[in-house]
Amino acid sequence: MKIANKKVTAERLVKDALEKAKHFADYNIFTFLDEEGAIKRAREIDEKIARGEDVGRLAGVPYALKDNFLSENGETTASAHILEGFKSPVTATAVEKLEAEGAIMIGRTNLDAFAHGSSTENSYYGPTLNAFDKGRVAGGSSGGSAVAVALDIVEFATGTDTGGSIRQPASFNGIYGFKPTYGTVSRYGVVAMASSLDCIGFFTKTPEDMNLLMEVASGQDPKDMTTLPDFYNADATKKNSATRIGVIKDFDNEAVDANIREALKAKCKILKEKGFEIVELDMPTLKYALAAYYIIQPAEVASNLSRHDGVRYGFRSDDSSNLENLYENTRNEGFMSENKRRIMIGNFVLSSGFYDAYFLKAAKARTLIVKEYEEAFKKCDYILTPVSPNLAFKLGEKVNDPVAMYLEDLMSVSLNLAGVPGLAIPAGMSGEGLPVGLQIVGPRRSDRQLIEFAKELA
Amino acid sequence: MDIKREDIVHLADLSNFSLSDAEIGNLSKNLQDIIKYISQLDELNTDSVEPTYQVFEMENVWRDDEIVEQEANREALLTLTKEEKDNQIKVPKVL
Repeated sequence: MKIANKKVTAERLVKDALEKAKHFADYNIFTFLDEEGAIKRAREIDEKIARGEDVGRLAGVPYALKDNFLSENGETTASAHILEGFKSPVTATAVEKLEAEGAIMIGRTNLDAFAHGSSTENSYYGPTLNAFDKGRVAGGSSGGSAVAVALDIVEFATGTDTGGSIRQPASFNGIYGFKPTYGTVSRYGVVAMASSLDCIGFFTKTPEDMNLLMEVASGQDPKDMTTLPDFYNADATKKNSATRIGVIKDFDNEAVDANIREALKAKCKILKEKGFEIVELDMPTLKYALAAYYIIQPAEVASNLSRHDGVRYGFRSDDSSNLENLYENTRNEGFMSENKRRIMIGNFVLSSGFYDAYFLKAAKARTLIVKEYEEAFKKCDYILTPVSPNLAFKLGEKVNDPVAMYLEDLMSVSLNLAGVPGLAIPAGMSGEGLPVGLQIVGPRRSDRQLIEFAKELA
Repeated sequence: MDIKREDIVHLADLSNFSLSDAEIGNLSKNLQDIIKYISQLDELNTDSVEPTYQVFEMENVWRDDEIVEQEANREALLTLTKEEKDNQIKVPKVL
């Protein structure tokens, strides 16, 4: 990525990015552009450069922030009506770390409200359009971030991935998208979706950039008790030594787009020529991952979103006769249909009489999925699989059919259930001119080596 | 299982939503479809399997018993609410 120096100023980099953001306004990428603030911060970096001061590893690099990261610049809305007007008094740890290294946030990006969706069509601010075909979806939930990088507006963007929300939009727009091992990057100051699954990651144009961002963002945070001690930077000298790459037998079927299956075969051929061994894996429990995910995730969503009541912050419905009425009206007007579906499904699977049949059953299925990955990683070092069963689909095609939309996540959610890292990589173009993506999956804490391995497939 | 109108009303109540009739109709169908999909887990044998609720290798994380200053103070937090009176958040009557 281009870093500011004495010849190329941060102000120039930031102004170029802002200009491109305005040029591509019709893609509906940004919910907020911070022109004044970004230019002011760029000038401060340039002054430091002029004085010969240390400006950090991301000096003057313009980036886009998914609008579910809290910071004092602009409102944090999570693209949800119920958070409209919410100006956070605190800043996410991830944002603090990026900005301490000199990165400059130029704007906040659109998402499915509260990250509930796989197309960005569930946003209160309307859908973001695909970088390669304006009639198609950006993917989601981090659609705005993916398109901001794919259209070369910014060098990188942040994302959150609870069931595929970084990897699927990355693959729909032909770029890299990384979901780290659960607990690698602090989630303090990020709007919670499903806390046992949520991960923070990035969109970039190269594996090298991804590595740099992970070096900056990883590490334990006293404000997020689920962060692991920094293994990412501790591994700096440990080289990737993979020799065996697994492919999942069950995923090579008619339900998966032919372009994706061909891309997978082509990558396997390249790996074989480079001396890697391709191992066929039987992972029969993975087909149940989606059902388990659509129990566990809504259950955690229902709990996390119960805090939005119109009392302390965000949108409040007018003219409520009493407090209970205020809660109900605010939540009814403030949440999108998909938010309501997930909250109600969550309350259903947790409610008395259904808890054992659904929530407990899903938690047990999760154990089997964790074990299935552990067994797979005894037979191979990494797994190469599709991210989703199809390429970017048409706007409106699935938005009114929740189950069809959920099936988008079929091949991505098992990683979140198991807590393992996955990197979406570009894998060519379809005949129709749409990007084809794949993902590489590694065991927990193999993040650095996994990103290193991606260079073999670049 | 079949999702009936009263089930949706009950779930809406648990979720603190006041749904319109049209919404109840749509959600009945949506939730029925979703529950049908997630019920396929019944096929999976989970006898004598322990549940997994988190994948973080959790250990107790200790810190010194000292007061940690919060970033956001009372004044800043009170600016976020829609109605404030006498340094308190104001809401409609409770009963």
